[in-house]
Amino acid sequence: MSQDLTPESVIGPGQTLSSVTDKINDIVVKQKIRPGWVLGFFISFCLLNGFFLTVALLFKYGVGIWGITVPVGWGFDIINFVWWIGIGHAGTLISAILLLFRQDWRTSINRFAEAMTLFAVACAATYPILHMGRPEVGAYWVLPYPNFMGMWPQFRSPLMWDVFAISTYGLTSLLFWLVGLVPDFATLRDHSPHLWQRKIYGICSLGWRGSAVHWNRYETIYLILAGLATPLVLSVHTIVSFDFAIGIVPGWHTTIFPPYFVAGAIYSGFAMVLTLMIPTRYFFGLYDFITPRHLNAMAKVMLLTGLIVAYGYLIEGFIGWYSSSEYERFMLINRFVGPYRYFYWALLACNVVIPQLLWFRKLRRNVPFLFLISLIINTGMWLERFIIIVVSLSADFLPAAWGMYYPTTFDWTMFIGTIGLFFSLLFIFIRVLPLISVFEMRVLVTEEDHKRKGKPHA
Amino acid sequence: MKNESDNKMWRSIEEQEGKHVPQARFNPFNNDFLSRREFMEWSSGMVAVLSASACTRMPQQKIVPYNKTPEKVVPGKPLYFATTMTLNGRAIGVLAESHMGRPTKLDGNALHPASLGGSDAYAQAAVLGLYDPDRSQSLNMAGSPMYWENAAASLNAIAKNHLARRGEGFRILTEPVVSPSLAAQIDAFVAANPAAQWHQYEPVHRDTEREGALMAFGEDVASVYAFKPAEVVVSLDSDFLMEPANPRYARDFASNRTMLQGSHGMSRLYSAEASPTITGAKADNRIVARASEVEQIAAALAQACGVSVQGTPSVTAAHKKWVQAAAEDLKKHEGASLVVPGRWQTPLVHALAHAMNARLRNVGKTVRYTAPVEVHSVAQSDSIKRLALDMQAGKVETVLILGGNPVYNAPSDVKFSESLSKVKNRIHCGLYVDETASQCNYHIPEAHFLESWGDARAYDGTASLIQPLIAPLYGGKTYSEVLAAFSGDANAKSYDQVRAYWKGKAGGDFERSWTRWLNEGVVEGSASADKRVALRAEGSWAKVGRAPTATSMEVIFRPDATMFDGRFSNNGWLQEMPKPLSKLTWDNAAFVSAATAAALGIKNEQVIRIVWGGKSVDAPVWILPGHADNSVTLPLGYGRTHAGRLGTGTGFNAYSLRPSGSTWSFAGVEIAKTDKQYRLANTQSHANMEGRPIVRTATLAKAQKDHHWTHIHMHVPERLQNVDVGTAGGEHAPVAPAQYQWGMAINLSACNGCNSCVVACQAENNIPNVGKEEVIRGREMHWINLDRYYEGDTANPDTHFQPRMCVQCETAPCEVVCPVGATAHDNEGLNNMVYNRCVGTKYCSNNCPYKVRHFNFFEYTKTITPSMKMVQNPDVTVRGRGVMEKCTYCVQRISEARITAKNEGRKIRDGEVKTACQTACPSQAIFFGDISNPNSLVSKIKAESHNYGLLEELNTKPRTTYLGKVTNPNTALSAEKS
Repeated sequence: MSQDLTPESVIGPGQTLSSVTDKINDIVVKQKIRPGWVLGFFISFCLLNGFFLTVALLFKYGVGIWGITVPVGWGFDIINFVWWIGIGHAGTLISAILLLFRQDWRTSINRFAEAMTLFAVACAATYPILHMGRPEVGAYWVLPYPNFMGMWPQFRSPLMWDVFAISTYGLTSLLFWLVGLVPDFATLRDHSPHLWQRKIYGICSLGWRGSAVHWNRYETIYLILAGLATPLVLSVHTIVSFDFAIGIVPGWHTTIFPPYFVAGAIYSGFAMVLTLMIPTRYFFGLYDFITPRHLNAMAKVMLLTGLIVAYGYLIEGFIGWYSSSEYERFMLINRFVGPYRYFYWALLACNVVIPQLLWFRKLRRNVPFLFLISLIINTGMWLERFIIIVVSLSADFLPAAWGMYYPTTFDWTMFIGTIGLFFSLLFIFIRVLPLISVFEMRVLVTEEDHKRKGKPHA
Repeated sequence: MKNESDNKMWRSIEEQEGKHVPQARFNPFNNDFLSRREFMEWSSGMVAVLSASACTRMPQQKIVPYNKTPEKVVPGKPLYFATTMTLNGRAIGVLAESHMGRPTKLDGNALHPASLGGSDAYAQAAVLGLYDPDRSQSLNMAGSPMYWENAAASLNAIAKNHLARRGEGFRILTEPVVSPSLAAQIDAFVAANPAAQWHQYEPVHRDTEREGALMAFGEDVASVYAFKPAEVVVSLDSDFLMEPANPRYARDFASNRTMLQGSHGMSRLYSAEASPTITGAKADNRIVARASEVEQIAAALAQACGVSVQGTPSVTAAHKKWVQAAAEDLKKHEGASLVVPGRWQTPLVHALAHAMNARLRNVGKTVRYTAPVEVHSVAQSDSIKRLALDMQAGKVETVLILGGNPVYNAPSDVKFSESLSKVKNRIHCGLYVDETASQCNYHIPEAHFLESWGDARAYDGTASLIQPLIAPLYGGKTYSEVLAAFSGDANAKSYDQVRAYWKGKAGGDFERSWTRWLNEGVVEGSASADKRVALRAEGSWAKVGRAPTATSMEVIFRPDATMFDGRFSNNGWLQEMPKPLSKLTWDNAAFVSAATAAALGIKNEQVIRIVWGGKSVDAPVWILPGHADNSVTLPLGYGRTHAGRLGTGTGFNAYSLRPSGSTWSFAGVEIAKTDKQYRLANTQSHANMEGRPIVRTATLAKAQKDHHWTHIHMHVPERLQNVDVGTAGGEHAPVAPAQYQWGMAINLSACNGCNSCVVACQAENNIPNVGKEEVIRGREMHWINLDRYYEGDTANPDTHFQPRMCVQCETAPCEVVCPVGATAHDNEGLNNMVYNRCVGTKYCSNNCPYKVRHFNFFEYTKTITPSMKMVQNPDVTVRGRGVMEKCTYCVQRISEARITAKNEGRKIRDGEVKTACQTACPSQAIFFGDISNPNSLVSKIKAESHNYGLLEELNTKPRTTYLGKVTNPNTALSAEKS
């Protein structure tokens, strides 16, 4: 660990332009495949096969292999969908919003966060399609395509809005990521030892030569894309929250949902970035690029968004009481003392109580603690979706229709399978692309240099 | 190089290998086209194919194409035929809907006195039994299949053998026979074989009724109740609302309690019972008494009504209060009151009830007596016992079992199975190769009643004809045909036998009468005449004994609410139908009260062992609120071993504990806990309304004072107030004008939770069964959920029923959330399902506050066998996997009526469209029609002040509304309950 770093630095001392380039690119172009990577990828791939198996059975037998039922028509499928989408929020936030706010510490984590976003969106996108009773037709019937029957999707349905929100978000994130990669593709092209590597990276680099015109155009498009992506960070989870807020179910029908969902998404997104970043930093020795300052900043973002989420819970409770609606009131009581009460208590512990430890500066700098708390927050945010979806549906208006939801083996294989999908993609990503933006780091090196010269540090 | 001859040579070998490729182009004039060799190949192949196909016996009859269509058979148009279903020694007239020669739906026959149009769940489900693929399909003699002709010959040989000995060693065992023609035939047989004996047995018998009548009158009579004029009814452990094959009682009872259209009075029902029934649930003043206490209560009540009963009945203080109040009420309504004894009670209770009804001058008004409905009424417990003893003693050489399943359901101490094995010729005729058939060496498949000719008498003696809707699917024979075979007439047809019998009875033009009887389904004027009976002096019989100690555990046997005595075991509709009170499906359970369960330290689904007299049965526990303490109810009809693929292995067999003496209840059993668990499939996990205004109730007094008592004070935003709920005319008129606006009203005062509507809906709308595992997951598909709520004390709660199906909201929450628009409103107010557009997001179900949508989580129709496909209603789409479905007010019936009306150039008349549930409802609780027509019946019903919309505060504006439930408790008692 680099204990000698000042808290303010976003890059370790002694890094030069070429050392940055080599350090990051070598992971991709020079380093041999390490047994740790093989093991990690193998495990992820095994889990991914659980996903494929579940999907195969799903197509053969139907969604009945899951635990969903009437009244709880959505279970792990939508919980995981919202969870993954939420995780996917950090990437764009870091890349786009922090770029616009000129937060230089974002540089070393944005590539990784963006990749994570894309993979999380990919995981999330499987669920809305596969959760349908007839995915074979549903996958395209929800799209507005002209057809001879004159049938259009129903534009009043939040699920329809979801289709647009997620596809737009996915596309924009992909573009943003790819554009940001172009200069690094060129660097890789120039540094690859093998011809085939140079050829592939050469094609991807779109003829980048690093001329001033290229840089000019690059900066323009990157800023435009950042501008486009920024509202998406807010809109996607807002629209996902409409899936519930538009509904009539007590526990869903709440105006606080859009901001509360967005905050929750960023909360879980940053937690996931930490969950992934800390081991990566450790395994690849990237201490100089992902410094305690990054971890500190991310912890602060989590603390803030966690408080917004806590406020959301508070308002839910207050409105439930203030509305005088007996259904709303019951919903609240049911969360606290109903059959799923342990989940709710665990949720409050994970999302509200434990994260308050982040107020302590010392703990924000304790890497193992941060790793642990990121896992706790991820669990908490998953539980939040479980509470919102399952607990609300299990006991709504007519007691005679109430029912419990119990996930089946296939709910779990599907969930763990998407985790496998996520990590498989991530492991491949680590091997084939620079996981930190090389050229932006080089800019940072220069800036740090200037800073150091202007204000010498002890 | 191959030369020409080589070529030819090779070719012929290839030909033998079947790889011949013609070398020449097809030329009809070319001999090579079909060589001699090829010809031989083809012809030998064809012979092989033809001879293989000849292995199946082809029908010998000529088939005739519709070059002349049978009269009135129009494809797509159903025909309706009146026929009769028999159950438990009573007949109910039914109307069978037939599509192109296959019956698909049964409903009550409006002209039949036991039905008047209503029907029970058994009648609704009977049509599925017809197509049951597990029905017996082959005639089996001594272990090998046989043709009828040969079988008939050997039956005749057996009969001849006995005839030589005047019938010595020949026994006939039937269920109680209510078919006059069959009884005449058996009588004739017994007359020809005077030493032969005829036994009758059915597990759910009427022995106590018979003995009670003998005790009170000295002769056996049947009681026929009239609930309509009865102002006060006291039920002594009776379940008259679930009387088999007699939904008439439910209808009459409800007709006095509708609270509709100016009838602002209602009868009052007192009930004392141990095991909760729907009759008890409808009671205004119910007390919980152990089965053994009811006799004491009856004696006390009789004394209070002026019947001189010797002895001092021991009655608890709370029960005493009820007895006094009931007696006062009875006496106040002399001539318009009624005491109904339960079949499960002792003969003394029956006799006391007769005495009370006589004292209260009810005879001839609310109760009348007729000759027994059974042609020969016998004490059935004795009858089966005598048969078993004789078989055991080797006195029986041949036993002919016509229906029934005594090996399974005979009393446990009779050891029927063991005795039966001592009989040489065991001949069984039944619908299934059941427990009895599998122990017989001769089995003849029975023709289902929808395949047979016959006749049967209803509860009041009215005879009606059974006419077949379809030729026997599996070559079944009727009892009378089997009997005729014994007499040597293998080709006898029931048709001739029934006609021959009635020819003798009909005055005047027989053919015309016959046609009319078939057409109407009733033999007019055949109801039994009143029988004048005189009460024997009470001193000779009215003695009340000592009550058993309250601490000894009591066991109660009852027919199951869905399986009855076990005969419906393989009927999937009934297996999956939730039992009215416990809401269990696919299994029976030992019912106990909460207090008893707590005392024994047992929980729901825990298996207990009920031990008595060296026998024991293991049963899972289910706590039933309102059950008597220290008492356990074991429903009969489960635990079958040869029921078919659905019925075998469900539940436990309570018959294994049931003795022949005190067949309905007795004390002194022991209950041992086991640590086993048994998973039960319950459809309603929550019975508490949580204080929500779901079933809105009021006492009669309150309802008379406050006409708006169902209107609850709830916070409804101002802009939503005064919205005309459920009418098309109001503020939110539909976009496109339509001729009709459909709506429904359900009268909760009348609904008694009998489940008839649930099965009727299933039959009408091709609703699939899902099986026990899926029910446990909460995926049952019934479009009607018959909700049962409890209110008040667990020991004796108020029970409310509420049929819950799609209410067709005007502003339906389901519609806006569907991403593909698969559920949409039409301009007549229906919330329609477009099944082939549905992609199955389940969002609509989540967003439905009523949770009335049901999802095909799997391909549930996959289990439907080819024969069961025939029961599907061709007017209704069969839904596939991944599709949501729900009630659409039987839109197919609306369409049919619209087409008819259009063809006739008129509007659909009020009452012309009846939904399946409405037709089936024996209590007439459901009203349906055009609510834009102020003169329609449903509009008038909806105009009642106590009409309310469920969850109307959500602004869903439901088209289906409910009429609040009114009860009429005795205010002197309402505070007190035991």
